Amino acid sequence: MWSYIGKRLVVAVPILFGLSVIVFAMMAMIPGDPATAILGSYATPENIARLNRQLGLDQPLVQQYFTWLGNLLQGDLGRSYALNRPVADEVFERFGATLVLAGSALLLCAVLGLIAGIAAAVRQFGWTDRVVTFLVLVGISTPSFWLGLLLIMLFAVQLRWLPASGMFAIYGGGDLPDLLAHLAMPAVTLAVVATAVIARLTRAAMLEVLRQDYIRTARAKGLSERRVVYWHAFKAALVAVIPVIGIQAGFVLGGAVYIETVFQWPGIGRMLVNAIATRDLLLVQGGVLVVAASYVLFNLLADVAQTLVDPRLR
Amino acid sequence: MSWALEAEGLTRTFGGGRTLLGRRRPAVHAVQGADLAVREGETLGVVGESGCGKSTLARMLVGLDRPTEGTISIGGQDTAEPARGDRRALARRVQYVFQDPVASLNPRKTIRQTLEAPMRRLLGLDAAARRQRLAELMAAVSLREEFLDRYPHEFSGGQAQRIGIARALAADARVIVLDEPVSALDVSVQAQVLNLLDRLKREFGLTYVFISHDLSVIESVCDRVAVMYFGRIVELGTARELFARPRHPYTALLMRSAPTPGGRRIEAEAEPAELPDPLNPPAGCAFASRCPRADATCRDRRPPLEPNGGSLAACWHPLDATAPAGADLGDHG
Amino acid sequence: MVSLALGRRSAAAASGRPSPFRLLVANRLSALGLAVLVAIAALAVLTPLLPLPDPDVTDPAQRLLRPGAEGALLGTDHLGRDILSRLLWGTRVSILVGLSATAIAALAGSLIGLVAGYAGGATDSVLMRGIDLVMAFPYILLALGIVAVLGPGLLNALYAIAIVNVPFFARNIRGITLGLARREFVDAARLSGASHPAVLFGEVLPNVLPTIVVTMSTTVGWMILETAGLSFLGLGAQPPQADLGSMLGEGRKLLFTAPHVSVIPGLMIFALVMSINLVGDGIRDVLDPRLKSGALAAPGAATAVRRDTIPDAPAPGPVLAVDGLRTEFRTGDRVYKAVGGVDLTLAPGERVGLVGESGSGKSVTALSLLRLVPTPPGTITGGRVTIGGDDQLAASDEALRRLRGGRVAYVFQDPLTTLHPLFTVGDQVMEAVRAHQPLSARAARARAIELLERVQIPSAAARFDAYPHELSGGMRQRVCIAMALANDPELIVADEPTTALDVTVQAQVLKLLRSLSEERGSAVLFITHDFGVVSELCDRVAVMYAGRIVEIGPTAEVLAAPAHPYTAKLIDCVPVLGQPERRLDAIEGLPPAVDRLPEGCAFAERCPFAEARCRDGDISLDNLSGDPLSGDPLSGDRAARCVKPLWGEA
Repeated sequence: MWSYIGKRLVVAVPILFGLSVIVFAMMAMIPGDPATAILGSYATPENIARLNRQLGLDQPLVQQYFTWLGNLLQGDLGRSYALNRPVADEVFERFGATLVLAGSALLLCAVLGLIAGIAAAVRQFGWTDRVVTFLVLVGISTPSFWLGLLLIMLFAVQLRWLPASGMFAIYGGGDLPDLLAHLAMPAVTLAVVATAVIARLTRAAMLEVLRQDYIRTARAKGLSERRVVYWHAFKAALVAVIPVIGIQAGFVLGGAVYIETVFQWPGIGRMLVNAIATRDLLLVQGGVLVVAASYVLFNLLADVAQTLVDPRLR
Repeated sequence: MSWALEAEGLTRTFGGGRTLLGRRRPAVHAVQGADLAVREGETLGVVGESGCGKSTLARMLVGLDRPTEGTISIGGQDTAEPARGDRRALARRVQYVFQDPVASLNPRKTIRQTLEAPMRRLLGLDAAARRQRLAELMAAVSLREEFLDRYPHEFSGGQAQRIGIARALAADARVIVLDEPVSALDVSVQAQVLNLLDRLKREFGLTYVFISHDLSVIESVCDRVAVMYFGRIVELGTARELFARPRHPYTALLMRSAPTPGGRRIEAEAEPAELPDPLNPPAGCAFASRCPRADATCRDRRPPLEPNGGSLAACWHPLDATAPAGADLGDHG
Repeated sequence: MVSLALGRRSAAAASGRPSPFRLLVANRLSALGLAVLVAIAALAVLTPLLPLPDPDVTDPAQRLLRPGAEGALLGTDHLGRDILSRLLWGTRVSILVGLSATAIAALAGSLIGLVAGYAGGATDSVLMRGIDLVMAFPYILLALGIVAVLGPGLLNALYAIAIVNVPFFARNIRGITLGLARREFVDAARLSGASHPAVLFGEVLPNVLPTIVVTMSTTVGWMILETAGLSFLGLGAQPPQADLGSMLGEGRKLLFTAPHVSVIPGLMIFALVMSINLVGDGIRDVLDPRLKSGALAAPGAATAVRRDTIPDAPAPGPVLAVDGLRTEFRTGDRVYKAVGGVDLTLAPGERVGLVGESGSGKSVTALSLLRLVPTPPGTITGGRVTIGGDDQLAASDEALRRLRGGRVAYVFQDPLTTLHPLFTVGDQVMEAVRAHQPLSARAARARAIELLERVQIPSAAARFDAYPHELSGGMRQRVCIAMALANDPELIVADEPTTALDVTVQAQVLKLLRSLSEERGSAVLFITHDFGVVSELCDRVAVMYAGRIVEIGPTAEVLAAPAHPYTAKLIDCVPVLGQPERRLDAIEGLPPAVDRLPEGCAFAERCPFAEARCRDGDISLDNLSGDPLSGDPLSGDRAARCVKPLWGEA
């Protein structure tokens, strides 16, 4: 068990390394000269050459990469020229907000998806099943950014129950109820697609498991139907569902880009969109790197959880 | 005497080697040092229980798997040497019949497409020649020609196995390796296929290597038999001699374990039978831990396959050749 | 070519199998989706021909008109552009972009998946590690990164979405290919002289194609959504070009003043994607063979019972009395009479073998006893199963549960699939104990270890915590037997318990079953296809053919002098150890399909002695002595279902 977790951790290192290579290569591929971008097109060639030397851009690419990686490992992600502050500071500040949003969405979709999927599988072909199946289809067909707009129109504009945007009220906010009120709509919106996907997969996994021979054995032993379905079948289905929850974490983290834009949530997604628009590439690089790394770590957790459930993987 | 197929020192190891960090990777010896020779026109049976390496052996004989060590020659030509380039030459000499007849047919191809492939690729027959050969083949395996344009899912297991046999015949190979050809079939269909194989052998002068776990099937179709245990041949002899007077205690155990309708009671070992750990094989005879005749020699030194009476047996303490089957196995069962 | 196609179509028509399109339309939701999709697609195709204003011409005087305004059916946006026109042109763009992205992703991903799955080894490792790297990025984030590099624009968004979806195809297709590449038909093609590319594209690809199509149809909608998303963020279509996402993005700023500007394009995206997904689901159902014939239905706790007539209660005494048991499987409009009226009685402590070939109904009979036949598609349609004096086909769920693993226990065929892979074997035995006895965990554990010892598992206490995959086949079957013994059953139903085992292990398991049944006095109903095994273990034997018992009697007598021609043939067609010269007397032909049983004797078609009266009316199971059947298991009666048995009175 522990040796397996150790092995997974070791495997995560090359993935993180590969990740950094890709991110670095993407930035290196961008046409145009950063020095020109920073100094403007009227800069003298001498100034550009000096800046290039300062930035290390006259070095070979591999050298540049390792310098960059060294800085990265020391927490130095460079400086955002648009915001004029260290990228690391900005990224981690924003990342906290994204974690709150994505974390609650993930919790929501895992719980709701599992419940809906199991309910549908247990009542296969019944009304619950039909309703869940239909809602799943609606869920995966709805553009989340549009759903967010509809929710704002309904709950913020029409009913005035919830605030339309932001993370905290500008005046007098900052406590937990305030956060929850601001969080409710974006978290739900963000969770919709993932809930649908998890529900659909849970249903399929449960149905698959319920047809297995060992379920017949459990019934032949005289176990109660409740124990058969909610213990024997559920545990086996969970093995298939856990990796999907891991993958959905990626969709939720990525989907946060839309939701943060719609709800003006001060997270890393909105920061990225703005950074792309202003061509603040170091900020894009830092943001992508941090979110991707956290996703790798989350998938590691999902792997470990799956191993805990399934002894065959040890 | 001419040998249709000879194998010497065949060994197949899975895994092994070293990891990037130089640590030794576990290796499993599926087949170790198997020597086999099949006479032209005979049926050699290979019998053993699951995990004994008989299927790996069969796959090596037809070139579906490459031996880690050892040589195979068919019709006097070494097949291992030019293996890559000469696959087709090999396939013209030796063919294979699979255990699961339905799985061995591509579900999206008609029987005609499946049977024509070897004629086109291996024999280079033109359309007219193929048509004629198809008709002959279908007649040989007693299937109606109208089946040619159907898909595999429309056939029963027995019919599918006839098609599998027809495909093996299509390339005009003289040696056919049959890997558990009737195990997946119902008993009434088994007999049909066994009788068909017998007839084809006589009609086309074929040589068979017949792999099975079923002693009674092996006894009824084979001229000579090799018994495998844990990757090695432990006994080899004519079917008549081997079944009448088994020398290796394992062969005797197999025979006493097989139930026969209305026959004598089977006997079973007292201790639950477990194979040795393949990652950590014993130094001596692999059967020693289950054998009532085993002593220190058996556990320390591996017995070679040596002539014993009319058969070859790999045993330090072979059973008495004069005693009837299975009588001399201590107070077991 | 033409004649071939025609031939195939007529063959399909003759066999009554509806065409895939028919099947798709038969699914009402998919049909609805298809209708909506066709309508949207038609509008998109015809857009250039429709009398619409130019989508990009601004008219500030006419800005933000509400839907229904004159000259602008769906109103206008903040620049006074006609929304209907922009919507249709935008839909065109979105569909085109979605389809192109899907095509690119499918082509690249499938190719990677095919090669990785087929080649295996280092090629597979390298390709899949690359795919893993791409997947290490949260989905949209990678697309954002790519757009950041390439710069905003519709085409770049298309590339980004396509690249991001490549891993999805690659993984899916690799999985399928991996499974196919290990299949025997691939080996067979190699032996037919096919080169690797020929095998990959000639043999494997045709089997993978349905999966590719299904994956495409289920991802098109998703890709349309995602490209719309990038446009929504301003990273896709650039003004003045309209696609659905950019219209929505522009409308967002007017959410409070003119909601229709954003609601309408959103609605269109939703309708488009929803209809595509509905059709995609339909295509998946049609192309995925597992879904055909309702195979995906999960069975309920007990087989459905719908009996027309219920036989009277039998005389007390037997541990099991089966009377006129009928079990049917219904798929579509076909009815498979798997068990067509079985009568069987077991005395306490008696061991009876139920012998037959596959499809004879022997296993279904065994499973029907405690209603373990999956419903759907199974239904018990007649008869009575009396255990402990009660008709258990009428028992409540709770009474049935107490019976299962209590009075009657099962041992199944494949001990690897019949044990739960995620629980230790000890837990599973313990569970069987506690389902029927109110024991503490400690006491149940002790009892479970005792049971494991009783089935001669070495170092039982240590094996208690082993998982099934850590044990050999023989050991697993011992665990299953321990589970069956947990509550000292009166009857053990063993469904081919040694078929998956090696012969030396089978010998041990048979010996164990025999000694346990003798020791505890449990009756055994032993289902098998092997007369050798029956003669080893069973006092009596019943032979089944096409869903009915055709002969029954004491084992030694039946084997020595079978009365039914089928029994005789079945004995004669099996080679017997020690009799190599015996000629195998094969039974020609195949058993009849149980959905089209002939009238009269089901074996008549293959029987060398059949005559006209064999094919007429219902043939009863008669006592060969000429007396009426006593129904008493201990009477030693021999009976056969034959109008002219090989011996005895007809």
